[in-house]
Amino acid sequence: MAEKSWLMEFPQMERKDLVGIRKSLDGLYRDFSREYGDLIESFFDPLLYFLVWFEKLLLATPWWVIIAVITGLVYLATRSWKMSLGTIVAFMLIGYFGMWDNTMRTMSIILVCTLLSIVLGIPIGIAMARSDRVQAVVTPMLDVMQTMPAFVYLIPVVMLLGIGKVPGVIAVIIYAIPPVIRLTNLGIRLVDKEVMEAATAYGASAFQRLYQVQLPLAMPTIMAGINQTIMMALAMVVIASMIGVKGLGQPVLKSITNQYFTMGLLNGLAIVVLAILFDRVSQAYAKRTQKHLGGNQHG
Amino acid sequence: MADPIIEISGLYKLFGSTPSNVMPMVHAGKSKDDILAETGHTLGLKDINLSIERGEIFVIMGLSGSGKSTLIRHFNRLIDPTEGVINVEGVNVMDLPQKELEQFRRHKMSMVFQRFGLMPHRTVIDNVAYGLAVQKVDKTTRLAKAKEWLKTVGLAGYEDQYPNQLSGGQQQRVGLARALCTDAEILLMDEAFSALDPLIRSEMQDQLIELQEKLHKTIIFITHDLDEALRLGDRIAILKDGELVQQGEPAEILLNPATDYVEAFVKDVNRARALTVDTVMKPPVCRITSETIGEALTEMKKHKDDYGYYVNEDGYQGVILQETLEDAAKENAEDQLCEDVYEDIPTISPDSVLEEVIPDTIDNDFPLPVVDEDGDLQGQLSRSSVVKVLGNS
Ligand SMILES: Nc1ncnc2c1ncn2[C@@H]1O[C@H](COP(=O)(O)OP(=O)(O)OP(=O)(O)O)[C@@H](O)[C@H]1O
Ligand SMILES: [Mg+2]
Repeated sequence: MAEKSWLMEFPQMERKDLVGIRKSLDGLYRDFSREYGDLIESFFDPLLYFLVWFEKLLLATPWWVIIAVITGLVYLATRSWKMSLGTIVAFMLIGYFGMWDNTMRTMSIILVCTLLSIVLGIPIGIAMARSDRVQAVVTPMLDVMQTMPAFVYLIPVVMLLGIGKVPGVIAVIIYAIPPVIRLTNLGIRLVDKEVMEAATAYGASAFQRLYQVQLPLAMPTIMAGINQTIMMALAMVVIASMIGVKGLGQPVLKSITNQYFTMGLLNGLAIVVLAILFDRVSQAYAKRTQKHLGGNQHG
Repeated sequence: MADPIIEISGLYKLFGSTPSNVMPMVHAGKSKDDILAETGHTLGLKDINLSIERGEIFVIMGLSGSGKSTLIRHFNRLIDPTEGVINVEGVNVMDLPQKELEQFRRHKMSMVFQRFGLMPHRTVIDNVAYGLAVQKVDKTTRLAKAKEWLKTVGLAGYEDQYPNQLSGGQQQRVGLARALCTDAEILLMDEAFSALDPLIRSEMQDQLIELQEKLHKTIIFITHDLDEALRLGDRIAILKDGELVQQGEPAEILLNPATDYVEAFVKDVNRARALTVDTVMKPPVCRITSETIGEALTEMKKHKDDYGYYVNEDGYQGVILQETLEDAAKENAEDQLCEDVYEDIPTISPDSVLEEVIPDTIDNDFPLPVVDEDGDLQGQLSRSSVVKVLGNS
């Protein structure tokens, strides 16, 4: 029958073959996760302890201490009274509307994810900048990580590690890490060739070039990457809450299923507040520390 | 060749993915354009042989794309050659492993860049001290030294500025101070002054010449400007499409251009300013050494000219005309030659540039005596030799 209709219909594989493939792949992966799930889980234990500890720390600290610390950091980074005052008001409102605990949970997970993204992403970016081959391998992986719908890679993560904080963090990092990697790579590659030549000509080793020239000069670009990573991590909060990450995402999720408009809006706004805060602070900090790099060579 | 510090022989550089496969074509003598068209490889340098003396300013000159930057980057191996030997003080730089290459770059050579190559995130003084920082010299020592050099290049007080707060000329002074701060013996300068406007540029040239008189470095200076080359260079090499077409002393290149390319290069040069007297002067035709007027007259009559330069053990004494001698001989041929018979003609120094001596040359009917610092007669400079040299430019 195939002979007649392959022009009209796509000659697709037999249904039962497809099912077979699916079954065997799923089976293989299930076996793999049964076999190694515990091992991998225990590998992530330190991360889990840290997550729990950090969340508890934020939750246990009195609210006014938190507000004071955050406002202090905001002021240090931006040197703007307006931003600092805005921060106080925003956090007061968050607390007043009963979202304090969830905001702290979200903040703790975002901070940890950002930190891990930086710790993992910058070395990967450096490796990419140093070798075209590494770049050729990593770039398509980053493309997949950024475009693959988050739900798809949630499945294997959950199968392997169950639901909870650690798979949540992994999912968030997969989604949020590409900008740091990409922009670290880009920033290093864009460093003025003549400045690099100068460093080499004066006998700088590869390590000295990296630390004395490439990283400092790439820093504005890397900071832009970090900023984007934070934003993307925040965007993942709702999806991460589907696999048991507590925080502002959960009430949003509940609001969607129960059509609680106001509750969704309030929690959504709290996420926005965090986003604006992280964004402005990291940008202002980057700008202030990199002011000599701005403009061209002739000032 | 007294004391070569850098010797380059048989240096080839081919840019591209598989240079070794394409080298046979280069050796077969195919042209740069053919090689590029057929294989996509760019011939950067072709069979370069150079020897640079200790303490000289060696200028490499050529048009844009002729391979100047490529060549100078071979000296400290910022670029690796495809073929060839680079010897610096008897050490083949090609044989150095990475660690030793770094040591070599730290101590033997320093470099000044066309667009300065300063680090925008470091203050001026930290930029100057960079070479020492790489060598892990402790902070107080290196900052003290950097401060000294900043003062030398005339930038005292700018220590804590950042490069982008300085003008182009000032930035290049920082670049120069950075290069001098490591005390490296060899200074590589890749179009170091090309980005500067003419006034600042000639100031920087003066400063370099002045520094060189004190420091006696070996300087390899790249430029595409012949006036600059003539002004700075003890010797000049001219590159064209990656090949050395001529090397030699400035006057040699000006007066005997080897190819049409070099000739086109030297055509527009202001020779009056570029050439010194000693490159144009002729040996003195009539050198009079006798003591008395009579003998001097006899001596002079052997030559067709009716003048002569009187020279004794103390060196050059004066110009004497045949006419004057004849008159004097009528009175007493036994008299000693003395100032009474000398003509009133200025002497010129072999090191003066032509421009300075042109008025005197034109004003006098006789070739001017060229007398060196020790008072010895070196030659004579006639109106006609000046006109000839300046005329056929
Ligand atoms: N990395 C490279 N890859 C391929 N070709 C190169 C490379 N570097 C230089 N070239 C080629 O080598 C030739 C010489 O270039 P080079 O930069 O040495 O010229 P230059 O004399 O310094 O010119 P300019 O006065 O413009 O600085 C040019 O044809 C250039 O295209
Ligand atoms: Mg160049």
